[in-house]
Amino acid sequence: MRDIIRMIVVLAVLAACSGGLLAAVKSGTAEKIEYQQLKFVKGPAIKEIMKGCSNDPIVDRFKIKDGEIERGFYVGVFDGKANAVAYETSGKGFGGPVGIMVGVNIHTDKLLGIGVTTHSETPGLGSRAKDDPSFGVQFKGMAMNKPFKVKTDGGEIDAVSGATITSKGVCAGITQSAEFYKKLKPQIIEQAKAFAK
Amino acid sequence: MAKTIVQEFTKGLWEEIPPFRLVLGLCPVLAVTKTVANGIGMGIAATFVLVCSNILVSALRNIIPSKVRVPCFIIIIATFVVVVELVMQAVAYPLFLQLGIFIPLIVVNCIILGRAEAFASKNGVAASTADGLGIGVGFTIALGALAAIREAFGAGTLSVPFSDTIVQLFGPSFKPFTFMVEAPGAFVCLGLMLGVMNLVGKK
Repeated sequence: MRDIIRMIVVLAVLAACSGGLLAAVKSGTAEKIEYQQLKFVKGPAIKEIMKGCSNDPIVDRFKIKDGEIERGFYVGVFDGKANAVAYETSGKGFGGPVGIMVGVNIHTDKLLGIGVTTHSETPGLGSRAKDDPSFGVQFKGMAMNKPFKVKTDGGEIDAVSGATITSKGVCAGITQSAEFYKKLKPQIIEQAKAFAK
Repeated sequence: MAKTIVQEFTKGLWEEIPPFRLVLGLCPVLAVTKTVANGIGMGIAATFVLVCSNILVSALRNIIPSKVRVPCFIIIIATFVVVVELVMQAVAYPLFLQLGIFIPLIVVNCIILGRAEAFASKNGVAASTADGLGIGVGFTIALGALAAIREAFGAGTLSVPFSDTIVQLFGPSFKPFTFMVEAPGAFVCLGLMLGVMNLVGKK
């Protein structure tokens, strides 16, 4: 009997200590892990969009609640003013959702650039929406006030050849994102001010 | 029994060097030794877990009832593995992505449980630390050496641990011997190294 109690006590104490230690490590590293994930998954797209900014957009980020969803925004500081934000949205591609990082100038409402972050498109076709810079660069400087469409739909965007569905998905994703951008804009401007240097 | 601390350390480097002498823990040895950076990273993670678990197991060896010793060892080892996993995510995310599932699998690495059972639960803290460190360093060296051979032949490169530098070993006309970086190449390479070690060690 004493043996059994001793086993139970030792195991319980050990498990409790282990749980406590892990909880401490987890909360201690949570912030850094989030930063690392942003840096290596979304970072390349954000950096490309915010080329020439004087801050680190991955550090200068904030979140806004949009109904149920929490949306993350990354601030780019140009000429000492926080006048650009990037946020992630998604469109329906050929092989699943396509994550798109969208950069907007918050004063002119014009696109600063876009970049595909995550996708499961066909390598060599749909994947070129991410890898071929000539697709994303077309969005640069376009205004957010009208829908984005590929040329076959009467728009201005040249689709990636062989990947029309992916290209349409990206356009639709950005068009949709313009809606929540407009809705949240007052909050975005308010929050972004804090990052000006 | 009367080995010095130094002897406990150095035995892990040759006499009992894990993959070649103990022939234990081969799963990560075969899987992660595609590049030197991965191999060394895995070795260091395993060394950390091995040393910490050895220290704790030997410190608690008189408290842990022998009937539940294995669950206790597993709790201790698993805790340190999760610590390594979290810390690696926080400081070396690309390495974490590369090693992936093999980090959590350190929990069931026979070397670590084997050392806890066969050594740390019977010896003092100082000797156990030296033992863990020796075996761990030996494991890291073994992984590094195996990875260096495989990477050099299989890809014609050598990656430097903890940096993005990749050294090109051969000229542009080099055709990679891709067999070496695939799973069968790992077996062949490990087998050859084992053979060479046995030949050298034969007296």
